[in-house]
Amino acid sequence: MDFLRPASWEEALAAKAEHPTAVPIAGGTDVMVEINFDHRRPEYLLDLNRIGDLSEWEVGADTVRLGASVPYTQIMENLRAELPGLALASHTVASPQIRNRGGVGGNLGTASPAGDAHPALLAAGAEVEVESAARGTRLIPIDAFYTGVKRNALQPDELIRAVHVRKADGPQQFSKVGTRNAMVIAVCAFGLALHPVTRTVRTGIGSAAPTPVRAEAAEEFLNAALEEGGFWDNGKIITPSVAKRFADLCSAACNPIDDVRGTASYRRHAVGVMARRTLTWTWESYRGTHRTTEGAA
Amino acid sequence: MQAEGAPTKITQGSRTKGGIGESTLRPDGTLKVTGEFAYSSDMWHEDMLWGQILRSTVAHAEIVSIDTGEALATPGVYAVLTYDDLPTDVRNYGLEIQDTPVLAHGKVRHHGEPVALVAADHPETARRAAAKIKVEYRELPVITDEKSAVAPDAVLVHENRDDHHIGHVPHPNIVHRQPIVRGNVDEARRRADVIVEGEYTFGMQDQAFLGPESGLAVPEEDGGVHLYIATQWLHSDLRQIAPVLGLPEKKVRMTLSGVGGAFGGREDLSMQIHACLLALRTGKPVKIVYNRFESFFGHVHRHPAKLHYEHGATKDGKLTHMKCRIVLDGGAYASASPAVVGNASSLSAGPYVVDDVDIEAIALYTNNPPCGAMRGFGAVQACFAYEAQMDKLAKKLGMDPVEFRRLNAMEQGTLMPTGQPVDSPAPVAELLRRVKAMPLPPERQWESSEGADVRQLPGGLSNTTHGEGVVRGVGYAVGIKNVGFSEGFDDYSTAKVRMEVVGGEPVATVHTAMAEVGQGGVTVHAQIARTELGVTRVTIHPADTQVGSAGSTSASRQTYVTGGAVKNACELVREKVLEIGRRKFGSYHPAWATAELLLEGGKVVTDGGEILGDLADVLEDEAVEVEEEWRHRPTEAFDLRTGQGNGHVQYSFAAHRAVVEVDTELGLVKVIELACAQDVGKALNPLSVIGQIQGGTTQGLGVAVMEEIIVDPKTAKVRNPSFTDYLIPTILDTPTIPVDVLELADEHAPYGLRGVGEAPTLSSTPAVLAAIRNATGLALDRTPVRPEHLTGTA
Amino acid sequence: MRVNFTVNGRPREADDVWEGESLLYVLRERLGLPGSKNACEQGECGSCTVRLDGVPVCACLVAAGQAEGREVVTVEGLADYARQRAQGGCAAGACGTSLQDGRHRPAEGTGTGSQAGEGTELSPVQQAFIDAGAVQCGFCTPGLLVASDELLERNPNPTDADIREALSGNLCRCTGYEKIMDAVRLAAARQSEGV
Repeated sequence: MDFLRPASWEEALAAKAEHPTAVPIAGGTDVMVEINFDHRRPEYLLDLNRIGDLSEWEVGADTVRLGASVPYTQIMENLRAELPGLALASHTVASPQIRNRGGVGGNLGTASPAGDAHPALLAAGAEVEVESAARGTRLIPIDAFYTGVKRNALQPDELIRAVHVRKADGPQQFSKVGTRNAMVIAVCAFGLALHPVTRTVRTGIGSAAPTPVRAEAAEEFLNAALEEGGFWDNGKIITPSVAKRFADLCSAACNPIDDVRGTASYRRHAVGVMARRTLTWTWESYRGTHRTTEGAA
Repeated sequence: MQAEGAPTKITQGSRTKGGIGESTLRPDGTLKVTGEFAYSSDMWHEDMLWGQILRSTVAHAEIVSIDTGEALATPGVYAVLTYDDLPTDVRNYGLEIQDTPVLAHGKVRHHGEPVALVAADHPETARRAAAKIKVEYRELPVITDEKSAVAPDAVLVHENRDDHHIGHVPHPNIVHRQPIVRGNVDEARRRADVIVEGEYTFGMQDQAFLGPESGLAVPEEDGGVHLYIATQWLHSDLRQIAPVLGLPEKKVRMTLSGVGGAFGGREDLSMQIHACLLALRTGKPVKIVYNRFESFFGHVHRHPAKLHYEHGATKDGKLTHMKCRIVLDGGAYASASPAVVGNASSLSAGPYVVDDVDIEAIALYTNNPPCGAMRGFGAVQACFAYEAQMDKLAKKLGMDPVEFRRLNAMEQGTLMPTGQPVDSPAPVAELLRRVKAMPLPPERQWESSEGADVRQLPGGLSNTTHGEGVVRGVGYAVGIKNVGFSEGFDDYSTAKVRMEVVGGEPVATVHTAMAEVGQGGVTVHAQIARTELGVTRVTIHPADTQVGSAGSTSASRQTYVTGGAVKNACELVREKVLEIGRRKFGSYHPAWATAELLLEGGKVVTDGGEILGDLADVLEDEAVEVEEEWRHRPTEAFDLRTGQGNGHVQYSFAAHRAVVEVDTELGLVKVIELACAQDVGKALNPLSVIGQIQGGTTQGLGVAVMEEIIVDPKTAKVRNPSFTDYLIPTILDTPTIPVDVLELADEHAPYGLRGVGEAPTLSSTPAVLAAIRNATGLALDRTPVRPEHLTGTA
Repeated sequence: MRVNFTVNGRPREADDVWEGESLLYVLRERLGLPGSKNACEQGECGSCTVRLDGVPVCACLVAAGQAEGREVVTVEGLADYARQRAQGGCAAGACGTSLQDGRHRPAEGTGTGSQAGEGTELSPVQQAFIDAGAVQCGFCTPGLLVASDELLERNPNPTDADIREALSGNLCRCTGYEKIMDAVRLAAARQSEGV
């Protein structure tokens, strides 16, 4: 095994180009477990810790450019207003120690369906900034990023540099079911973002299909129902039948398996419950803001 | 600490500071908080090698061939050993039945069984070499449950059994069977106005001690070996290790290293023989440290169980009879299975008066992971089932579950199903009363001015509910556990106590082979020495095999038995010291001959308080030392047909009240509070007693809602050998645990004390389950209960 | 490979490090600092918690090479770290330490003598863990101490929920956590009283 320590992003890209099998390591919270348990013996470890700008973020007009290694703790503490869904998801990642090391780049690189960031990224809308020495930078839409179980759209010579996440234009929520009250891998998870500007909702489901997925039929149904009922304007309570239909469609978007963490049947059920609850929470929050705005006007 | 009932009998009555009854602090506390305390995995030696174990990848197979050539040729590898390299004809070991191969011989019987050993200069070298060992398996059908074990064409897990249980078991795939019959169940059943039946399942729990199996074996110049090891019983290890190495016991020197928890999981050997074999083969010190994955294969687990119960009661709420059948899965090797069967059967009726019983408990041989000792030892599984039965009966009778239990609670004098009278206080009804009388925690504590605090809700940080679907439930349970080794076992301990003057001050040194595994035995030994010898300074000698056996740190027995041995040795030392005093000073003061003399505050005093002299002057440069064995009252075996016999030494009782909040839609549980009341006879160290109760309670909580080793029923392979998927409670899963301690002395025990460690692990689980049933209305006949069981999505 | 970093204020060097080794292994097996514990080696127990440039992390998940040039504080250096912080002079373990890094050679035994460790200066959380009965087997203790100390540095008056959240990455199998809660409350109270 060789340990590569690039001092700059350019050096890292060059190293990855020269050694496409090199395994990038930043927080180490996935890679080191595999090494400690002898599940993996990469030829090269590519340490990204020395590349400082991977741990930085910029808040732009419409998006946040979040460095791949920004620790979850920083996201929780500093980006709660801009990326509320991701901040909530970050708070559910493993333990404080892991949140101090791990970042979204690791979740994306591993592309496990159980990664906590995925549902929030899917719901908010995001693009993954990847780069290779040979072909430069490209932005991969999050919807096209996950290609299979623990597989993503990255080429062997590419590294994840950042993720561009749309700034919240409305309430967002994230829920995750685990069989412990802390430090637990998701049995399944659900992210929901209201986008009042476009009058759309977006969802993200974790650990209930081979990849993180959106519940597109549920989104379409809810978009139409909200539009038809004039909900965005009148700020009324969403009717239970609409919420139930939305929850059912979210359940239907799952394609889960039975495993040691839970049954497929439970995952479908739980995603539906989380969908209904997060819809209620976000919509209540939207109504609150809506009423305040109306009142002020 | 509430004292009630008979005053504790303290033979010496010394008021020396730091004696028994005080919450003195751990002598190893400073070392443990500075990182200086040397656990077995911290051992290090110049020039040492690392040992690695190759384990079977299948559960049941014939070994066709093993090729170690490539592994041996790896640079940095010093030795590769298989069964063929074992030095003597003794190639098996075991606590009671020597059925466990040191290395697999021709066959593997469970997933993760040791097949070969490697010693190399770095752990990675050893791992890579182990991976190069080629083992060819021919797989056999797996035995995974009672049905497959006793099927007419069942493969025998062990052919040619010659152990002492084979004569009375109905099938060679049954390790041991213990029936217990008293009264006449068929007649008693006719008196019953209500009858309830239940089939219960208890999942496989892991001890999950945090310090992984590890140790260092150092070859010695005399051809022997010195093993630094974390274990629960040095001498039991020694008895099993030495014959395999072909060494006399005196050439296998054992020193206890720091032990990172045990809970039963270190009663059996793990890497002890392997490290010694590699050290003797290479002539170099060899260290072995399991990682967490390997640890799940490296020790036995709590027996999973199926329990079928029938209880009857009259309409005024008196139990008429109990009939039960308990099937414990012992896995591939016997370990402690026979004794677990003895416990499960003899304690299966719980702390209740029920005169007509028909009980059967068996342990199976299967190809599942071997199961043996874990805190609660057979009593845990039974308690889960009989307490569910009590709730069912109360419900059917329309009675309050606590009142129903109190109505049937045993007391001193009650006969056990084995016919043995309970001959010390059994405050079962009182414990239930106390636990029920504690104030209930306020409702909806999660509500705050800023909305719901998810940390206080089911799901916790995962943000699954802000109060939706959350229902509170309350449940009660009580249990009975035996203390000490039972069924006629010669259960003794040895203590060596020395008293001398150092720097003008009398100092006592206590030397035992007791394994301090965290329970605080070392604290208590110093307290006993202060009380009995009136000294302030006590040195606890490291535990090793240079002193006689202390027996196991298990069965809630060490404070009783090794504490008893220390007390006894101190008393003998005291007599000798007084003898010296009489010889030297008797002629100067008549009280030396006539008064009851005590050692107190470094002085010899009369029971009237008159000071006769300083211990320093009595002893001068003389040292007094005594090494003596001490035994508790003998027990007897249970009759193999009727189960009758005075099999147990002492009983221990605890009751719990659980308050839970369940997210009924998602099936997530938050335990809000787990109150416990326990009788401890005499709390030698109240702080440690409460620590034991809270720790035991939490392990019971774990197996109620999350902890289970999942074994694939088709392949008998373990599916979750990691802390990612075998979950134990975090601090956010663990509630406040108020504890009410009773001290009703057992006149047969030293200071009236009662073993503490295990009882709280029993009733915690059924109390949590009862609370979840109370919240959800579901029947819930298995533990742990998972979200799918609460949501109909299993 | 060779790795240079600062541990408890002292520059240290480890040679012949295998590239797959963790910071935890280097601390324990190469630098004679076995205080950080190896309970799970998968980031699920917190027993190896150390400060890396001031931030609590699981040493088992930091590749040894990633520690190059950085500041590490382990339980062995906690008392000095806390003392220097109290004196207002230290950031992230940059200050010196008088700690003796001793290998745990077998000859040292387990040292359970009553005088063992007497006279050692302890940090407030270390003392509180002893006093509150928060130590049983002690294997989780080093990680809990580092995490608790960092909590109190950040938040001198934590609520119970804050304590539980901050320590939710540290498993303990012996105590049921109640005495650990007591210990952190005690340390916080003593700290605020300036004891």
